[in-house]
Amino acid sequence: MTKIKSLFVSLVLTLGLSSAFAGTLDTVKDRGKLMCGSNTGLAGFGNPNDAGVWEGIDVDVCRAVAAAVFGDSTAVEFVPTTSKVRFTVLQSGEIDMLSRNTTWTLSRDVDLGLEFVGVNYYDGQGFMVNKSLGVSSAMELDGASVCIQVGTTTEMNLADFFKANSMSYESVPVETNSEADAAYTAGRCDVYTTDASGLYASRAGYPDPSAHVVLPEIISKEPLGPAVRGNDSEWADVVRWSLNAMIIGEELGINSGNVEAMKGSKNPEVLRLLGVEAGYGAQLGLSDDWAANILTQVGNYSESFEKHIGPNTPINIQRGLNALYSDGGILYAPPFR
Amino acid sequence: MQANFLRRLIFDEKSRSLLIQTLVIGLFASLIYLIAQQTAYNLEKRGISSGFDFLHVAAGYDISIRLIPFTSEDTHLRAYFVGLLNTLMIAVCGCFLATIIGFLVGVIRLSSNWLFRNIAYVYVEFTRNVPVLVQIILYYSILLHLPKIKQAIVLFDNFYLTNRGLYSPQPIFKDGFSIVIWSLVIAIAISFFLKRFLKNKQESTGKQYPIFLINSAIIIFTPIIFYYIMGMPLEFDSPVLKGFNFKGGMVIRPEFLGMLFGLSIYTAAFISETVRSGIISVSKGQREASQALGLKSNLIMRLIIIPQALRVIIPPLTSQYLNLTKNSSLGIAIGYADLVHGFGGISLNQTGRAIEIMLIVMLTYLTISLTISFFMNIYNKSVQFKGNA
Repeated sequence: MTKIKSLFVSLVLTLGLSSAFAGTLDTVKDRGKLMCGSNTGLAGFGNPNDAGVWEGIDVDVCRAVAAAVFGDSTAVEFVPTTSKVRFTVLQSGEIDMLSRNTTWTLSRDVDLGLEFVGVNYYDGQGFMVNKSLGVSSAMELDGASVCIQVGTTTEMNLADFFKANSMSYESVPVETNSEADAAYTAGRCDVYTTDASGLYASRAGYPDPSAHVVLPEIISKEPLGPAVRGNDSEWADVVRWSLNAMIIGEELGINSGNVEAMKGSKNPEVLRLLGVEAGYGAQLGLSDDWAANILTQVGNYSESFEKHIGPNTPINIQRGLNALYSDGGILYAPPFR
Repeated sequence: MQANFLRRLIFDEKSRSLLIQTLVIGLFASLIYLIAQQTAYNLEKRGISSGFDFLHVAAGYDISIRLIPFTSEDTHLRAYFVGLLNTLMIAVCGCFLATIIGFLVGVIRLSSNWLFRNIAYVYVEFTRNVPVLVQIILYYSILLHLPKIKQAIVLFDNFYLTNRGLYSPQPIFKDGFSIVIWSLVIAIAISFFLKRFLKNKQESTGKQYPIFLINSAIIIFTPIIFYYIMGMPLEFDSPVLKGFNFKGGMVIRPEFLGMLFGLSIYTAAFISETVRSGIISVSKGQREASQALGLKSNLIMRLIIIPQALRVIIPPLTSQYLNLTKNSSLGIAIGYADLVHGFGGISLNQTGRAIEIMLIVMLTYLTISLTISFFMNIYNKSVQFKGNA
């Protein structure tokens, strides 16, 4: 299926799609909905719920953009993409933005003609093993069989990590998350490696989550963030500032419950963000209440995090690096002025 | 003169068809050119780099199923060859196994034994009518539910069957083993000439010799004798469970086995039907005539029926081989590191060169298929009627 899709996308690239050349913001407005590339299903990040509604912190970025553009966070059509076809689908114009736990790297930014507009989750590659193996460190993994999802930066990190520590391994490549889960739980491999967030998400779905442990070593930097095509900086700005608005909302203590009340605030930055002081939305080609819509309908970054992947969810991830810079994390948005 | 030329173009049948053909070819060529141009333009417009220079960049990933050494520092080009060899390996093993199963089942379906005949019938109808991808995933899932590595099933002391594959001792050839190999080669050559010699003798004298038995003895015993003469220059490195996995020995991975079973069992069903139709196509009179001549039934099969059946069997058999080879690209579903999975999948993702890589992969499959067709056509010619039939 993925093969067919990638071939199809190649065909689309071959024949050329005119819509990709108009400004993306205008295209999106004309269409009346946002086309957003999401994961095929990663709990907490991008996954349809029981009712078929997409949920997750990656999904929330798309919803924020829709709220900013249309004032309606549900005006999104999600296009599930595998790790393999995601960039081609974006390049060909089939989707307007990609928000799918995708690592920001130099070659993707430059060589693939994309633009990463920010980071919505600071991740790193980790290892998960069964507790019964008695392994407490990734340095003890010499000779292990490792399940790995193909077509990701994790493959290179894995090869480098084992090489640097002169250890050997057998790579067991699998195509999707669910296949990796199947191979790992069947014992085809000792170790499952992917971004730590993905490990937590997978573990939450196992029959006995407590039987598996994520090892302390994080072997890579994986800043995950939304990406758009590199030839449209106007659209990149819209997506970038939609994400920033969620982070700034948390900084300023604005959440989905108190937007109206905060409009009476004395803090000028709050007034600028919520559009009480006019003019900032127009700079982006949006209405002045764009950020207020995001915060009302989607909520600030903290709300999104706690709702989908925080300690009170089955995924159970601490804020850690993803706390605000003022709380000991590295989450930092440029000032809103 | 000018008018005459134009007249000929329109009214002369030969010139006219030449003109039309030239025009069609020209149109087709310019269409291809336009598509290529447009693609290049679109790629550039979107800031996507293109070209084949990525082939010489380090691949950065490891492949565990491989026939030649490969590390993450090797180039994408080498990853291509690793994948190509894996594709060829599954194609060759699959065609071999499928042919054996197919011939057996084809013959059994014509057997007079009701039970065997119907078991074969059920097998053919079931496997032919279930998609091959489903079967591959089924066999792979079964293999994944073999015992885990720590509870491996031990076979013949040194073989271990687990859901990570079948571990077996690896032969280590020491000095002098090449002489054993050479003795085998020479034995085969001798048996070949002996066969011709005895055949000629049979034709001139009419006396029959047990050629098959004699030659089997030569081919089997010569290397064994030399093996002992050279002082048994062969050792085995047995797999030992150390830490997470077995160390030493050889291993056949479940991904390979899943592909092998899936492809050969599926294709064998088609081959068996081809074989059956081939045998049925030989007219009954041929069999009766040879019986009248007093030939034994195994000789009738070997000398009369099979050679004539092959004429009917070979062309569809060729297309089954091509199908199996192309279906091997389904390895992607269970992580078998064939051409499409490694080079066409992982390399594609690392480099983002979708069009270039897919072009290479397509041309490779085309080349493999045409090569198979070429050799099967040669073989087909050799089994056709010769002379004036």
